[in-house]
Amino acid sequence: MIKQERMVVTNQQEIAHHIFELTVQGELTGEMKAPGQFVHVRVADSFEPLLRRPISVASIDYESNQFTMIYRAEGRGTTLLSEKKAGDTVDILGPLGNGFPVEQAKQKAYLIGGGIGVPPLYELAKELNAKGIETVHILGFESKGAVFYEDKFRALGDTHIATVDGSHGTQGFVTHILNELPKDFDTYYSCGPTPMLEAVQWAYPEKQGFLSYEQRMGCGIGACFACVCRTTKSETDYIKVCSDGPVFPAGVVIS
Amino acid sequence: MTNLNVQLPGLDLKNPIMPASGCFGFGKEYSQLYDLSALGAIMIKATTVETRLGNPTPRVAETASGMLNAIGLQNPGLQKVLGEELPRLEQYDVPIIANVAGTTTEDYVEVAKAISESPNVHALEINISCPNVKQGGITFGTDPDIARELTRAVKDVSSVPVYIKLSPNVTDIVSIAKAVEEGGADGITMINTLLGMRLDAKTGRPVIANITGGLSGPAVKPVALRMVYEVRKQTELPIIGMGGVADVNDVIDFLSAGANAVAVGTANFVNPFICPEIIGQLPGKLHELGYESIEELVGRSHRL
Repeated sequence: MIKQERMVVTNQQEIAHHIFELTVQGELTGEMKAPGQFVHVRVADSFEPLLRRPISVASIDYESNQFTMIYRAEGRGTTLLSEKKAGDTVDILGPLGNGFPVEQAKQKAYLIGGGIGVPPLYELAKELNAKGIETVHILGFESKGAVFYEDKFRALGDTHIATVDGSHGTQGFVTHILNELPKDFDTYYSCGPTPMLEAVQWAYPEKQGFLSYEQRMGCGIGACFACVCRTTKSETDYIKVCSDGPVFPAGVVIS
Repeated sequence: MTNLNVQLPGLDLKNPIMPASGCFGFGKEYSQLYDLSALGAIMIKATTVETRLGNPTPRVAETASGMLNAIGLQNPGLQKVLGEELPRLEQYDVPIIANVAGTTTEDYVEVAKAISESPNVHALEINISCPNVKQGGITFGTDPDIARELTRAVKDVSSVPVYIKLSPNVTDIVSIAKAVEEGGADGITMINTLLGMRLDAKTGRPVIANITGGLSGPAVKPVALRMVYEVRKQTELPIIGMGGVADVNDVIDFLSAGANAVAVGTANFVNPFICPEIIGQLPGKLHELGYESIEELVGRSHRL
């Protein structure tokens, strides 16, 4: 069930250049159903900035009622959020959307992320591993300074890093790494910029895949029709990223 | 005991608060969050004859204390609204105000006739003011003669009272209000969004795919309040006021300026529980101000 709660910040730290890890505690945590769901965060109690920010969930700890978000502080809203400290409270609406279907993977899964699309793949990797599924992580970043959670992913499985400027790992995009890897997996999951999702889809037309999309949002719950995408299922309809997604099976979204 | 009840043509409201059209879909999403029966009424999303896909994305952009949108009246079309959306809302004890849109007078007439016959539709809100559709929409709302004639045409076929939603994108909103009154309108809802735009600082490109969008949120409230005040001076028609309402004090302002009831739009996106929260705060606020009913507050700024 969707809840709105003033959650307590238990930790906030900068883990890469302008990339922040924020952990909050509260009852809302218990409502989360799947990795890949997101929350809608109100960054200030004033009307400036006005709208909430959709932020993805990087890990969930049901026992301590805490979850961790990772976001890039680039605009006014996320910069304000990055100033919250332990003990402060944050107005959070969630969990929103449908996450990655963990049960679809059989033995081995590829998790392919780009930039700020990487965080939800971490909770996904944890849950897949807990079910005995082998995970391979292919993660792309702008440069070495923007890389985060490399060691955490390595602890869960084979991990490959690409940076656009070549300052760490393979130079180029995640697709450069995908070309070199065997296709011995049954399911892939991906989150990142839309061109990356497109490229991943093209790379594995024969595989079962699930893609998490981004779109500018108003309400986050499906009422405002701001975050729509065209769908291959129907010429006369749109799907909403916030409430129908953000995760869709490969081949559904026309980007 | 404070009395929140408000009587308007077609509408026996248990309180004066309702979500504004376009900000609440057809109620389905918000019904997961709270009991819609708490609301005074619901203004559902605009309905057109055919399914509308709306505009390309991005459709929204944030601005200082506000937002721009250019959704483009996306809706499933008249038949689906009649067959699915309205029947689903029958489970709630709340009157529905159906927002009607079109590109020709015939469109408006067709939707108005059919939708006004739905059992839970208690009034129509005629959208002559959407700034985000290229044909129809706003042209009906900016010319007094066209607005008067459209009001007449819709009134002729509607089986429930007709409220006309006015555009703020005019030089003289009072002349449009007078025109729809002459056309037989039972009430006015105001204001729709203000036409605006935002550019990307790096590229210089408009942020919204439609180039321009409708501005809403707290930024527009002073404009909306002024317009309600001006229209109230010139007409006895009931007014449902809206534009940047975000808390209980804003509601008091609109009532004071002459609105009989108040709709909440963009604030639903900021706080999805804002409508029931405001309804809960109204009795205390009235008491604090020394009033016992909503009606006593309506138009008090004109009596000072």
